[in-house]
Parts: sequence; C-alpha cells; structure tokens
Amino acid sequence: MTTIEYTRGDFQSDQEVRWCPGCGDYTILASVQKFMAASGIVKENAVFISGIGCAARFPYYMSTYGMHSIHGRAPAVATGLATARPDLSVWVVGGDGDMMSIGGNHLIHALRRNVNIKILMFNNQIYGLTKGQYSPTSEVGKRTKSSPMGSIDYPFNPMSLALGAEATFAARTLDMDTKHTVEILEAAYAHQGSAFVEIYQNCNVFNDKAFIALTGKEDRDSNRIYLEHGKPIRFGQDMEKAVIFHNGEATIVDAASVDETAILVHDQTNMTMAFALSRLSHSPTGPTPLGIIRSDDSRPTYDDGVSAQLASAKATKGEGNIDDLIRSLGTWTVK
Amino acid sequence: MVSTTIEDVEPEFLDKVIIRFAGDSGDGMQLAGNRFTDASAAFGNDLATFPSFPAEIRAPAGTLPGVSSFQVQIADFDILTAGDEPDVLVAMNPAALKSNLADLRPMGTIVINTEAFEERNLAKAGYETNPLTDGSLDGYKVIEAPMESLTKEAVKDTGVSGRDVLRSKNMFALGLMAWLYSRPLEPTTQWIEAKFGKKPEVAAANIATLKAGYNFGLTTEATMNSAVSVKPAKLPPGEYTTISGNLSLAWGLIAGAKAAGLPLFYGSYPITPASDILHELSRHKNFGVRTFQAEDEIAAISASIGAAFGGHLAVTGTSGPGLALKSEALSLAMMTELPLIVINVQRGGPSTGLPTKPEQSDLLFAMYGRHGESPLPIVAASSPSDAYDAAIEAIRIALKYMTPVLLLSDNSVATGSEPWRLPERDSLPDFTVRFATKPNGPAGEFLPYVRDPLTFARQWAVPGTPGLEHRIGGLEKEEVSGNVSYNPANHQLMTDTRAWKVANIANDIPPVAVDDPDGARTLVIGWGSTLPVIKAAVRRVRNDGKPVAHVHLRHLNPFPANLGEVLRSYERVLVPELNNGQLIRLLRAEYLVDAVGLNKVSALPFKVTEIETKIREMI
Repeated sequence: MTTIEYTRGDFQSDQEVRWCPGCGDYTILASVQKFMAASGIVKENAVFISGIGCAARFPYYMSTYGMHSIHGRAPAVATGLATARPDLSVWVVGGDGDMMSIGGNHLIHALRRNVNIKILMFNNQIYGLTKGQYSPTSEVGKRTKSSPMGSIDYPFNPMSLALGAEATFAARTLDMDTKHTVEILEAAYAHQGSAFVEIYQNCNVFNDKAFIALTGKEDRDSNRIYLEHGKPIRFGQDMEKAVIFHNGEATIVDAASVDETAILVHDQTNMTMAFALSRLSHSPTGPTPLGIIRSDDSRPTYDDGVSAQLASAKATKGEGNIDDLIRSLGTWTVK
Repeated sequence: MVSTTIEDVEPEFLDKVIIRFAGDSGDGMQLAGNRFTDASAAFGNDLATFPSFPAEIRAPAGTLPGVSSFQVQIADFDILTAGDEPDVLVAMNPAALKSNLADLRPMGTIVINTEAFEERNLAKAGYETNPLTDGSLDGYKVIEAPMESLTKEAVKDTGVSGRDVLRSKNMFALGLMAWLYSRPLEPTTQWIEAKFGKKPEVAAANIATLKAGYNFGLTTEATMNSAVSVKPAKLPPGEYTTISGNLSLAWGLIAGAKAAGLPLFYGSYPITPASDILHELSRHKNFGVRTFQAEDEIAAISASIGAAFGGHLAVTGTSGPGLALKSEALSLAMMTELPLIVINVQRGGPSTGLPTKPEQSDLLFAMYGRHGESPLPIVAASSPSDAYDAAIEAIRIALKYMTPVLLLSDNSVATGSEPWRLPERDSLPDFTVRFATKPNGPAGEFLPYVRDPLTFARQWAVPGTPGLEHRIGGLEKEEVSGNVSYNPANHQLMTDTRAWKVANIANDIPPVAVDDPDGARTLVIGWGSTLPVIKAAVRRVRNDGKPVAHVHLRHLNPFPANLGEVLRSYERVLVPELNNGQLIRLLRAEYLVDAVGLNKVSALPFKVTEIETKIREMI
C-alpha cells in the first residue's frame, strides 16, 4: 500500500472562496485543509456535508466529495452517508444557527447515536447569511435587527448541550489559533464515533470582536484555559490561576490560594468533570476552557452497530433470497 | 375430538360470503379476521379484506370509539373487493353491534356474544333497551353464544389463569365461524402452535377455545339450519400467497434493490399506516437492508439522501403529514438529481386527520407539494399485491433517470390483503446500476451535470471513487459543471431540463391499456386502491349487456403518452376518487376533457354500488 503525499493545495477546489473579507471562516478553511493534507485520509474518501449559512459554503471550497444540503439537516444527511458507507471519512460543517436552531434535533441525535461523523460548528453567535439576527448562542440583551430592544432568548451553552446529548467527543478551539485547531481536528478524526468541535469564529461584519476576551492581546492569556488530559488545570500569563472543585462545581481560583493537590487534573474520559468544565464559561467574556473537554472511545459507534447486525443476520440466516422471501408466509397452488 | 372437515353434514354452497368480525379493540378481532382469511386462502377461495380499527391505542373498553372490525369476502370466483354489505356480523359487545348493524344486509346473520350484553355495556354503547330482547333484531338471523363462560370452561384444564383466561375468546368466535362456513381448523391450530410455541399453556388454551367454538356450532346446529360453505375459486393457475400491501411493498423494495445490484437503505419515522414497511424491512438485514429509525421525518429523508449520495438504493417512507415535513429535502433530492424513492401511504384528512382510514387525497400534494418548479415522477400502487410491482417500477425510474420518485399507496392497499399470484422464480428484471468510474470533463475532471443524451440523467459518482471528487447541493446548478450559478439563462435552462427529464419518462412507460371489449362510449378512469371496486362495478354493468370502458393509471406523472388520445375517444369520462377531485383536475388541465367526478371522503372505501349507480346514470 502506498501512502499518498498531499499538500494543502490538493484540498483546495477550483471555486473562488467568497466570504466577507476578514471572515474567520478563511482561517478555519486553511486549518482544515492543512489538517487534511497531513491526516492520511485518502482524498476520495473524504466527504464534507453542510447545511445552510455562511459556514455551509465550506464544501464548495474543498476538493473532496461534498454536499451543501439544506437548513440544519447536515448531521442527518451525514448520518445516512456514514451508516451506508462506513469506509468514508464524513465531516459536517455548519454554524451556530444552522446546528443549534433549525438543526438542533439532528445534532443531538447524531451525538446520541455516536455516528462516526466529525461535526465542526463555527460559532459566531450571530446569523450571518440572513444578515445579523441574534442566534441561539447570542447573549441575553443582544441588540440586532430582530431584537432592537435586546434579545430576551437565553442562549445555549454548546458544550453542555453536546455533553447532555451524550457526545463521546466534545472540544473547543478558536478560528485564529491554527495550530490548536489542527490538533483538535486530529484528535476528532482519531476518535471513534461522533466528534463535536465548537470553533469560535469571528464575524467581523455582524458580530465583530465577540470573542475579544480570548483573542485580544490584553486579555487572552488570562482567559484561555487550555485543557490537557492528565494535567492539572492551570492558566494565566504565569499560570497563576487554577480550576478546583468547590461546592460541587468547577471554580476558578488563584493557584497560590489552594493546595497543589486541590487543583483539578483534567480527565477527558470523566463525564461529570467534562460537564463541570463546560459550565465554566457560558459566553466567552472571561476564562474559557479550550481543547478536548471530553473524549471517550469506550462506546461503540452507530455505523459499526449497523454493520455488525447485517453481518450477524447474514451469518445466521444466510444471504437473502427473494424467491424464498415472497413465499415465506406459505403458498398454495392453483392448477 | 372434532373433525376439522364437514363429514356428516353436506353444506349448502354459496358463491361468496362477506363476514365482518367486530368487537372491542382489545378483543382480538383483527387477529380472528386474519386467521379466518388465511384458512380460507388455504382452502382455495379468492378473497379480499378490509380491516378497520380505531386510531387510539386503546379507547375506553366497550365504547363506540373503541370498536375494531375486520371484514373479509371469500368467494369461489375472482372477487375484487371486501364487499359492500356483510352477510354475517360477529358482534362481541353492544358497541360492536350498534356501530356495524347498519351495514349488514337484510336477513343477514348476527353472531352475538350474549354475556357482553349486560346493563353497563348496553349503556356505554348508548342502548336504552337490550336489542337481544326488544325485537330490534327481528329480520335478522341471530346466533347467541355465551362466549365468555364457554371460553372459561374450555381453558380450565390448560393452566392459564387470571386475565389470560378470557384472552382467547376471539378464538371461540373464530371456531364458530369456521364451523358455520366449513373452514378447516388445521391452518389456525398450526399457526397457534407456531406463535405460542414458547408458551404451551397459551397455545393449548387458544386451541381448546377454537375447538369449543367449533363444537358449539356443531352441537347447536339445529338452531342454525345448516352449515354453508364457499367452494374454492377458479383463479389463474400459479403459486399464490395471501399478502398485505405494506409487506408486498417492502418486498418489492428488496427485490428492486436486488435487481439494481445495490444495497437498500430505508430511512423512516414511525407513522400509521406506513410503519409496517419499516417493521418488515428491519427483519431482513440478511438482504443487506439497512433501516434507520430517524428522529423525525426530515431526518429520515435527509439520511436517505446521504445514503443515495453514497451509492445505496435509498428509500424513505411515510404517510401524509410526514410527506409535508419531507418536502424541502425532497426538493434537494430533485435539485441534486439523486435517485430516491419516497413512499406516501396516504390516509384520511388534513393534519392528523384519520390515521387509520383510507383516502386518496395527497395526489395534488405529491404533484405540487414542493417549492419552486420541481416536477417529479409519481407511481401509484393499486392493490396489496400490486404494491410489489409498483415498488420495482418506482425504483427502475429513479435509477434510470437519476430522480426522486413518489410512490403512492394508501391505507386500503397497505392494510388490506388478497391472494397474490407469485412471480416465477428467478424472474427479477435486471437494471444493474453502473456508477461513474472515470472523469468525463475535457481537463480530466468530473462534471456532475453532464447528461445522458436520451434520458437526460446525470452520472452517479459515489464518494470513494478516485478522481471524481465533486460537490452537489441545493443552490441552482450551472449546466454541466454543477457549480453554483445565478445566471438567469442557466436557471431557465436547468428548470426546463429537469422538467423535460420527467416529462420524457412518458416515452418509457407502457401506454394505458384500455379495458373495453364492447366498444363503449363511456370510460371510467381511476388510480390507486379504487381499482378493485371500479372493476367490480364495471363488471356488474357489463353483465347487464351495457358497454363501459375502464382505464386504471399506474403512472400519474408523467401520464402515459397515449392518455389524451384515449380520453378524447370517449363521449363521457367518469373519474371516481376518494378525494374531492384531484386526478380529475390534472386530467382536465392537461387534456381539456369534460370529465365527471365521483368523489367521496367519508373515511370509507367506495361501495361497488356507488360506482355502479353512477356509471348507469352516465351511460
């Protein structure tokens, strides 16, 4: 077997990329193409499926197989494809409106089933393609065209939502942090089952600087909590902050104020810890966990389950025969 | 021991008989009816059935909404319908009597479970006096049986106890009917043994009750004059089975996938009366069938589209309300020109309507229920056995033309049953699919919207094929390249091309066969499940020496190429439909014919007499 050497260019399609200048999607596209080239995925086996929205144009720009489907339904389309064709590497791309609003049902059920698909949700906390309405992740009080007096909708916490839907992999990264994004994509690809990756993405037209706490030079070091499996959770310019459990919740403290043994050691296989960490930041205006919040390979995937049942049925009943099937209820003969 | 054939009594032979079992929805009437049907099929009768049951899982026991019934017509000739008026009504309680008596023919027979006719049940059914004693059943032949105490007596040595004791009283009714109509008991006892093999006491109780019912008939023979029977029908030679439409549709899908050489993917969300297709397909994974029970109707079709993109024969099945939810995704399948079968087992009414009742009222929804200009082929099944062929035909069209196809069934087809003359072994057609394997563009690229010059189908290139990487989607496609295009002329061209592709299928379907032996001047044209009733009505009119022609449509879009010519060659055209006039609108619009409609939306199939009367009026 020969290994094909790819470059990022091998994954660039001939289509002109048309997002607004300065859109975070460009950086994410570059990260994904960079990851793909290095991933070892055979190009013709990669499929990108999207719904509707700015982010959903993504498949057109990838020189792989792809489908730009309909509003919110990409996880369902991908579920059918991955179930039919477990040999493929199936990726879903969409925005927060697409996946948490119109497609919320499909997102949670894909995660629950643990279909072997990789879901990349570009979260910019706004509707871009429909030009600036608040989204299911917009903060309360958000003033937009559809909420001139401020949004009174309470937002989803995408990480908590994914974990509540039994996601076996949930991670978060930032559009501009290409290196970290590639690492997360690698981990998502290596994971057996559904992977949910939230990528904070700046919409410089309708919601500029929504993530400034994480991306601005002044604050970013004190607000990015990089999670690493097996490592104590410390962060800050001089690692002066830490996360501990206090009164049953993950809590941020000054590292100096607690005993070293009290600092939480990240265990990505621990669902309770993952959920607690997901609650640390509801909206990235302060310290926010980045990295793999949960990764647990112990649960079988849906598509493997389907394949196993097919194989088992063939083993016990033999290859199906139509002529026998239509006679299976008993027949009689008229002469 | 009771012998299971009539030896000492020579029954009186009838050419046909219509029996309706009616009881509370917990009384097992569907099961009794189905067993009677199978025993009659094994005996060689032709038959047709009409099950009717409440949509509620469990309406209050003993009430009118809780009544469940099963009608079967058995005959010694090739009958077509379950019949208009029952000859016999089995009434397990007062509510069953009250809600079914009006249908019984004059002088018909009523078999009564007398013990259910006590004060409380009579009140629940709205009877002020007991019909068994107030003379209201004069004019019928009434057979009274204390079924509950006789059932208790029959099962007392079998080991069943408590609530299970009365469970088998439907077998008493069945045994009694078996005696009355000289049906063999063996098919039923064999079925019971197979069904309750792991619960021998339950099997014993059911068999004991079945025989008790039969014995009751035998020993009280004097009160019933004599037993009657219906001789085997003279059906065309061949091998037969008794089939319901949902099963034969499921089998047709498996067969069609086999004919295409593709694995079958069925995405569905449970909905009455389509669920049995999902149930049946999920039993046959050894055929390579993948079933996906989705979170909703939209996911069901979306997953099927994903499977179609991946090269599977993708099918999604639903009923009316589900089709509405699928419509956006159906347009996507149309725009991306992927093969997909969308089954709609129509049911009565808008919204939730009448989920267990028949209607043919989604034709216009199937025709127009999408956004933008998006015509699709429509194929309809006309009887339980025909659903097998209809499924294969839908698959043939979808694959050959790379298009979604709507396959219409309805509650009558889905839940009714009839004898089916099985196709010969190894008789499957061969429409093996050939996926694209090589680039088709001038620069060695793959252009997804290059078309076959004859069918206008695009090529099907599936992920995993090197060098054919391409993107499809819902935005308008540029011709040939498939790139997104807002070019006005291109949109006109692509819209016209997609419409033409569907219209062109008219050249690839058989011209309509006109059944007109006598040179009639009046034509009856129908579609779907009204086939047997229309045929029976036409036959009756012809038996009086009056000519009438009949056409029944399998293809509703496009219509067969000769349809306009056929319609215009008759002076009068009648279009009976279980809706308020949907096919007739299409025919009038397409062919400018002054057709007359016969329409019914009462949640019941047509009676033969209704169509017969209308034909006589028109001739």
